This record gives sequence, C-alpha cells and structure tokens, in this order.
Amino acid sequence: MELTFRELITAIHGMLFGGFFLMAIFGAIVLLLSAHSDRPTPEPTISRWQTFYLIAMVVLGWAAVLSGAYIIYPWYRAIAPAGADLALYPKALLTAHPTTAGWHSFGMEWKEHVAWIAPMAATMVAFVLVKHRAAWNAHRQVRAAVLGFAAVAFLAAATAGGWGAMINKKAPVQGGQTYQFMESAK
Amino acid sequence: MTDITRAAQNPTPNGPVAAAVLSCGLGCFLLGVLAVAADGSKGLAAALNFYNPSGPLSGVTTVAIALWLLCWAILAARWKNKPVAFGKIAGAAFTLLALSLLLTFPPFGDLLLGR
Repeated sequence: MELTFRELITAIHGMLFGGFFLMAIFGAIVLLLSAHSDRPTPEPTISRWQTFYLIAMVVLGWAAVLSGAYIIYPWYRAIAPAGADLALYPKALLTAHPTTAGWHSFGMEWKEHVAWIAPMAATMVAFVLVKHRAAWNAHRQVRAAVLGFAAVAFLAAATAGGWGAMINKKAPVQGGQTYQFMESAK
Repeated sequence: MTDITRAAQNPTPNGPVAAAVLSCGLGCFLLGVLAVAADGSKGLAAALNFYNPSGPLSGVTTVAIALWLLCWAILAARWKNKPVAFGKIAGAAFTLLALSLLLTFPPFGDLLLGR
C-alpha cells in the first residue's frame, strides 16, 4: 500500500483541513441555531471549550485554503514540458481533452476563489462569538447575521471541497517520493 | 450625546460586531471583483502574480484579505462602543456577500467579461 508525497499532502489538505473544517462549521451552525431565538440567552459568556472549538475551526479553514493555494495548486497548474507524462500535470491533463476541460475551466476556476470566502466568514463568526458574546446575546439581528455568514461559509467550503474531490478523482495530484505503509498481501 | 452617555444607555453596543460583519462582506466582495478583473486583464493578472507557482490567485487573495483586515480595523476603531443601525449594515454586508458568490461563479464572471 503506497502513497506518493503529493497524494499525502493533498489528502491532508482535503480530508484533514478541509473535511474537518466542514464538520466544524456545520457544528457551529448547529450551535448558532440552538441559541437563535427572539429572546437573549441567559448565558452572557462563552465556555473555554467553545472558544477552543471556534479557534480550531478558523485555523482549519485557513490551513485548508493556504495549503491548497500555495502547495497543491502549484503542483496542479505546473506547465508540462513537451512530451511529458500528463498524468503528473493535472491541469494540462484535463485541458488536453474537450470532454474533461470543464473540470478545470468551470470546477477549478470556481473552487479556487469561492473557497476563500469560507475562512473569512468563519473568522468573523468566531470573532463575534468569542469577543462580542454580549452583543450577540443582546441583539437578534446580530444572531441572524452571524448565522447567515456561517451558512455561507459552509456552502462555500462544501462547494470547494466537492469540486476538489471530483477534480482529484478525474486528474489526481501525484508524484514525489513514494511511501509504503503496508506490505502487499499476496 | 457623548460616547460615554450612549454607552451607558446601551450596555452592549453593536458597533464592533457591525464592523466585523460589514468588513467581511466587503472583503469577500473585493475577492470576487479582483478574481474577475484578473481574469479579464492580463496586466492586472501579471501585477497580482505575487507567487509565480500559484499565479494571480496569490495576489487576488492576498490583496482581498489585506483590504478586508484594513477595512475591519478602520471600522472597528470608528464604531468602537457605538450603537449603529445594524439592520442596514447587515443588509449591505449580505448584499456584498451575495455579489461575491456571484462573482466567483465562473459563468457570471465570463458574462461580465463578454465571453
């Protein structure tokens, strides 16, 4: 059972950072929905555990977009030399055929930009909940706005993650040193 | 009315939250605008090519994030301890957020660029 270096980093980007961010922002939405009412909640402060959870959510979101843009994306968009094996150049592989070009021109073009909305919105959501809990408790409009931005963060992350997974199935990012995790069973 | 009197009347001012919400909407909108503009202008794309392996995406996102944080800092300083018309501000923020989602959707960007 083998995995190349690029496959490993791509898995960390998508499944660890992206996947856990998606779960975390969904959890935050559930938290916000449970407290979203016309009446202010009696609890004016935030627990240490909730603070840790929200900060971890933000860190995961930024780790996902930064690793995607500065580590995975350069591998994806690298220009293939003449006669090179296109399997190592996902963008070139996809755009070489009209039947697969849309995965780049639509999917990747959408994913690479919409993804950034998720950590920006999640940062704002976490900031309000951690630093301005009293205002969040006191104003119904604040609770509605924060919930709305959290929902958009989830949608943006789900869009980016979904396209990323599909594109990586069609033209996997691969290459680099190979790591063997387990001997093959004969 | 002084800020002190206003703060005393409203113990939980919404100004800092409004600053966070509006600047986030604006930052996302700027991200969309820069993404479309860089796609339509080779000169701007070259100018935003901060890190060559990532291409113009590096500049588009760096500039949008820098402007978002700058805007947030300015608004937070101006609206510190102040109650503001949060409904209108949230409406503007959600409009900007919706526009950012539209602008990052490739067919809409292509439509704006006449493709």
